[in-house]
Amino acid sequence: MTEKTDTARESAVMTGRSVTDKTDTGSHGRPGRRPAGRRRAPSAGRSRSWRDSPLRKITPWLFLAAPLALLITFTYVPVASMISYSFTDWDGVSPDRENVGFDNYVQIFTRPELFRVFFVSGYYLAASVVQIAVALYFAVVLSFNLKFRNLFKGILFFPYLINGVAIGFVFLYFFQDGGTLDSVLSWFGVTTDHPWLGDPTSANISLAGVSVWRFTGLNFVLFLGAIQSIPGELYEAAELDGAGKWKQFRHIIAPSIKPVISLSVILAISGSLSVFEIPYIMTGGATGTQTFVIQTIKLAFQFNKTGLASAAAVVLLLIILLITWIQRRLVPDDKVDLV
Amino acid sequence: MTPDLAAAPAPTRASKRRLPVGTLLTYLSLIVAAVVVLLPLTVILLTSLKTSKEVSDGGALSLPGNWLNFDNYVTAFTDGNMLMAFGNTAFILFFSIGGTVIIGSMTAYAVDRFDFRGKKLVMAGFLIATLVPSVTTQVATFQVIGSFGLIDTRWAPILLYMGTDIVSVYIFLQFIRGIPISLDEAARLDGANTFTIYRKIIFPLLKPAIATVVIIKGITTYNDFYIPFLYMHSEDLGTISTALFRFKGPFGAHWEAISAGAILVILPTLIIFLLLQRWIYNGFSQGATK
Repeated sequence: MTEKTDTARESAVMTGRSVTDKTDTGSHGRPGRRPAGRRRAPSAGRSRSWRDSPLRKITPWLFLAAPLALLITFTYVPVASMISYSFTDWDGVSPDRENVGFDNYVQIFTRPELFRVFFVSGYYLAASVVQIAVALYFAVVLSFNLKFRNLFKGILFFPYLINGVAIGFVFLYFFQDGGTLDSVLSWFGVTTDHPWLGDPTSANISLAGVSVWRFTGLNFVLFLGAIQSIPGELYEAAELDGAGKWKQFRHIIAPSIKPVISLSVILAISGSLSVFEIPYIMTGGATGTQTFVIQTIKLAFQFNKTGLASAAAVVLLLIILLITWIQRRLVPDDKVDLV
Repeated sequence: MTPDLAAAPAPTRASKRRLPVGTLLTYLSLIVAAVVVLLPLTVILLTSLKTSKEVSDGGALSLPGNWLNFDNYVTAFTDGNMLMAFGNTAFILFFSIGGTVIIGSMTAYAVDRFDFRGKKLVMAGFLIATLVPSVTTQVATFQVIGSFGLIDTRWAPILLYMGTDIVSVYIFLQFIRGIPISLDEAARLDGANTFTIYRKIIFPLLKPAIATVVIIKGITTYNDFYIPFLYMHSEDLGTISTALFRFKGPFGAHWEAISAGAILVILPTLIIFLLLQRWIYNGFSQGATK
């Protein structure tokens, strides 16, 4: 479950090259990296004058000026000011604010109505288990030769590309009384007048279901890419050794795509905590479907509690950093290789 | 999981000779999945073609009386300000994608081709930023955008989409590494300066990476709801996401108009997907794991 896709990919970045190499499906995959230490190879004096020129010192900074300015303005300044707001009772507009120490943090963890949103994440977390399992199943199935393989691939992936607001409306209609779901159930002789979005439990399950519908395709494509980069000879060898499909999955496919699965798990957890679009569009956070991000946005922009909202955001950020850190401890082969 | 996987089809000769139960079950599971994906969308398509009387009288799965009834599309398009929404979205897409491509490739070029003091620090700066999900910092980012006086302008989302896209930097970095440095050196011997090398040699060679970035960035920007919702309140600044979201008010329970609006928004994505399928799959599996 990757509610915010850019967030998802941002945190995905740090799993680094080892994942990439395995998932590269090859259309414009590049064969090796450049030889190590190439840059420091003696250049036979050809460009010595350039190497010594003072211009060379500032050139990289000319290229980096705009990106660094954006990076600092829209990432580091907000993080720093968010932390500083979180210790104040600022309302976001008035010039004066008072330092309240850890009061905001205490409120988040002690006021049950503020803390409740974490339980809502539980529904989405459970949904992402379903999502990863379903995606894995279809990725394995569709990596073999089947009729209409590409058609099924396209159908499974397409929901991920659809606009979130459109999905919200599609499923609002789907879950209506006498709507699509009720009509389909009546085909099977199940008549129900259950209002799907009417009570907290079924509303959250319904919304988490929408999330599975929407995001399975992304996991599916990631898994499929990883599986397809496994050399075919491995299967042949395994088949010669008499390994069945299940054994091939356990001993060839599963280990090879472990980095991608681990990536999906971390995306699922941070995605479950930062769910926003679907519940906001479909229920506006009513009937117990309010999530952490909806709450933070309401605190900040509706109730003008910028200080409290910032503290909530800091908590969310810390949880996500902690999960990332744990994940990297658990899967140590995901080395970060930057320069 | 387990029983299903055991039922995975045999890809070899065996499957050609007869249809084992396993293969049948596999196809059955695929068909069920396809129905689950397509049914909600099909119903919305049907609803968009119905008259408002048909919607209130018939069930969700009933068929429209006139398959060529496009009245709802006209209503959605004109009353829902969809033309303006598509215009705003196109404007934002153009600048944020252009900016992302230029900024991302320049960053990658500077980092890969130069050794300079503070390079490690710069890279660490980009790396740590990837750990900060943008949803968490929006409360404070709002103040930054506000201090520039950009709230309720199309430049707010453009700057945010450009400024937070670290993924593209990594995609470009990955790619630039594969371009032999001897090309740079040859050009330099011919008298080209650094900027000319970037513009005439590196940038054109980055085409596949640019395609990846344009696709990923384009689709996520087109579909983004969060940022335009927070930063652009004016009615005439709606993007396709926020304009569609506003259907909730005026069209209330007029599901035929809302459905038509949703289909109008989905249609461009569908067309692009059908045209660029292969690149989109690759783009996402590369972009997401990089």
